Amino acid sequence: MISTTDQRTMTILDLPGATPDDVAFPPWLATMRRAAATRFAELGLPARNDEEWRHTSLRSLQSTPLVPAGGTASSLDAGVVNAAALPGLTGPRLVFVDGVLSADLSSLDALPAGLTVLPLSEAAARHETLVREHFGVLADGAREAFTSLNTACLGEGTFVHVARGVDITEPILVLAIATGRAATATHPRLLLIAEESSRASVVEDYVSLGHVPHLTNIVTEIFVGANAHVQHAMAVRETDEAFNISTLKVRQERDSYFASHSALFGGALVRNQVNPVLVGTGGHSLLNGLYLPRGRQHHDSHMRVEHQAPNCESRQYYAGILQDHAHGVFSGRIVVSQIAQKTDAIQQNRNLLLSKDAQANTKPQLEIYADDVRCTHGATIGELDEEALFYLRSRCLSEEAARGLLVYAFAREGLERIELAPLRDALTNLLVEQLPYRGLLDSFVGDEAG
Amino acid sequence: MADSTATLDAWAEQEYKWGFVTDIEADSAPPGLSEDIIRFISAKKDEPEWLLEWRLRAYRHWLTMSPPHWQFLPRGYGPIDYQSIIYYSAPKQKGDGPKSLAEVDPKLLETYEKLGIPLEEQMMLAGVAVDAVFDSVSVATTFKETLAEKGVIFCSFSEAVKEHPELVQKYLGTVVPYSDNYFATLNSAVFTDGSFVFVPKGVECPMELSTYFRINAMNTGQFERTLIVAEEGASVSYLEGCTAPMRDENQLHAAVVELIALDDAKIKYSTIQNWYPGDKDGTGGIYNFVTKRGKCIGKRSHISWTQVETGSAITWKYPSCILQGDDSIGEFYSVAMTNNRQQADTGTKMIHIGKNTRSYIVSKGISAGFAHNAYRGLVQVNRSAENARNYTQCDSLLMGDQCGAHTFPYIDVRNPTAHVEHEATTSKIGEDQIFYCTQRGITEENAVSMIVNGFCKEVLKELPMEFAVEADKLLSISLEGSVG
Repeated sequence: MISTTDQRTMTILDLPGATPDDVAFPPWLATMRRAAATRFAELGLPARNDEEWRHTSLRSLQSTPLVPAGGTASSLDAGVVNAAALPGLTGPRLVFVDGVLSADLSSLDALPAGLTVLPLSEAAARHETLVREHFGVLADGAREAFTSLNTACLGEGTFVHVARGVDITEPILVLAIATGRAATATHPRLLLIAEESSRASVVEDYVSLGHVPHLTNIVTEIFVGANAHVQHAMAVRETDEAFNISTLKVRQERDSYFASHSALFGGALVRNQVNPVLVGTGGHSLLNGLYLPRGRQHHDSHMRVEHQAPNCESRQYYAGILQDHAHGVFSGRIVVSQIAQKTDAIQQNRNLLLSKDAQANTKPQLEIYADDVRCTHGATIGELDEEALFYLRSRCLSEEAARGLLVYAFAREGLERIELAPLRDALTNLLVEQLPYRGLLDSFVGDEAG
Repeated sequence: MADSTATLDAWAEQEYKWGFVTDIEADSAPPGLSEDIIRFISAKKDEPEWLLEWRLRAYRHWLTMSPPHWQFLPRGYGPIDYQSIIYYSAPKQKGDGPKSLAEVDPKLLETYEKLGIPLEEQMMLAGVAVDAVFDSVSVATTFKETLAEKGVIFCSFSEAVKEHPELVQKYLGTVVPYSDNYFATLNSAVFTDGSFVFVPKGVECPMELSTYFRINAMNTGQFERTLIVAEEGASVSYLEGCTAPMRDENQLHAAVVELIALDDAKIKYSTIQNWYPGDKDGTGGIYNFVTKRGKCIGKRSHISWTQVETGSAITWKYPSCILQGDDSIGEFYSVAMTNNRQQADTGTKMIHIGKNTRSYIVSKGISAGFAHNAYRGLVQVNRSAENARNYTQCDSLLMGDQCGAHTFPYIDVRNPTAHVEHEATTSKIGEDQIFYCTQRGITEENAVSMIVNGFCKEVLKELPMEFAVEADKLLSISLEGSVG
């Protein structure tokens, strides 16, 4: 096995030049990769004086030695993988180990008709026009360093296509495991195209097995066709040393529905960026998120919802539970362009501070250029409601049980918005593990699940 | 609907009503900024050495700074040529200067009359002392005797430097240091006059204090400096109102206001700002880049800002409160109305440091024509601020489909006992609301005016009685002639 000392160590800025291009991509993609490397070098890492990165310092990331992902997939016992995966998700799955696709661990057999799930390189060869028309269109990286970095270091990715009118019930799982054998820098990439009136859901799950620093720099592009229904979920449950930066770009055609669920349960520095653009009338966008930083973790959620067509709705609900010395950041912006009359947009960010050393920064923002709209946003930061505590105590719950129950209820609200039952249950169980007073909660959760 | 669009268009097109120039010879410095000009201003004003030194320190610091660019101004703003600004301009006085109102240049008084604020009338009817600043020098200070009986000092800044140097030296720059930001630093170097208020221990100021600032001479940047100190248990209410004549070039207005409240003191600061906004194509107008900050040093102290902003090509200011004393309270009530091609990026900062500190923010933004109106506010709760409370409400009203309304709140909390809430809405005047009024025989123009007034009511009611009427008038005059 490769150990860290055998590898040439480098910083994040050296990655584009050092990442091997051992995946067979067509020439146009190789060209794109090089252009992105140049762009990344020009942009550099965002600094704190960049308004978008005001509360998130990348200093520690910059000084962390990293090893580029590549080569052949490290072997991993199937039992370990199954234990790490979210339970209950039995659909098609792709498993990446330290950024490299493991064909053995993945299962893409017996896909329903109309559903295509392929490694990105294979899709680029077999469906060149389709991939070329969509790849890098939403995430062009012109102004975003991490998107450029992802394209510049592109390894194997995931391609999902749902044909017109096809309804896929089982969620597609993309599981990325960091083994902790090295301080790997991985750049997962997902391209999902849901054609008109189709229905699909994708779950991206990021897990660490060891306690070694590593970088996961994700870019996901989703095209939601007219009248299509797409759900995307992202679970980040990496180690206390991990850096996880994700960029989700979505384009929604008329009457489409898109939901994004983010569950940030781990990672030293997690930056979760979600950016749906509603380009057709009558679209609906739901951004639902829960962040639970503990210890000295730093979780930063960055939303930008762009209404570019009339009569669309968007909903943002982000909730944070901050323990210990954790730092939670929320920045959300609703942009309503002049043409987007009759927009109905809601943005909510609620934060629960459970420790006097925790810190919350929130920036719920509106940028509105149309006059006939209904846009509201709200943000709250506070500790548990004394009256609610008193209510429970007066019903003979101990102080701890009362607190535990209230924290659970606070977090549970977001999870209830997840339509996929197996995912909802899996995340609820994970949530309970993360919460204080968990012993007391098991009985409640058990009752509900049963 | 076509009618109500016409109504809004007509409203958006109305002309600035206070655009006239008073022809008075000025005793001005040559345009340009240098250490020599600063020495010239300081010498003209017969200032002590320490103040000149302070100005020069500010100037040298300013040379090392670059203008900020983080503000949300979709149309941006033209570069400011600091070397073409005249930094000192005083109306020429006959003899030793006026001793009473009768001696004040009648042309000046006429100017105020055109603005609808005849001094005599206000003195008699409203019982208000007016320290009228015409360009850079105070020309009339009234009611001084009444105030002197109570021990309240209310005078021009230059006079305060001469008569009460110890007080000025003690408090100047303690809230807004000379190095604070680009425009405050510039002001510290070149400020010409302003107002000074000192309310001694236990005194409740017997009347509302008021200053009318007015930019008059062409190409004169106005850099006033206001300092208000309320000692233990004192209270004072202060109002500034601004109108300016029509000009085609952009004029810079970079004022600094410092408020200091000791134990149990209360300061209420109200502003009606109606500087020239530029014409409907966005030519000319005032750049209103102002630093206003209050410090609740004492326990249970209370600072309240109320502003009605209807003028200026660009308004860019954040009246703030530093809540240092335990149990202190900060408040911010704002109406910002932008029209034509005006741009506003305004709001507040509430810095909670002391225990049990509370802050309350109500912001109402109205956008019409091609205007952009942004609320930007910071609520910061430090670790030390046990049981801090904040409630923020900011609402935007859009009139027309070419304008923008934006909201950028920042909430930074480092103490779990804090309760911070922020709410915002954006809406337009409903056709049903206008219909409801018109079918009851109210004209469309009056209906729009009523609805706008209702939207702003929460803020307007915070204004001192005398000025609530004026603000009301200002809003309805703004809507005048809007019937199609």
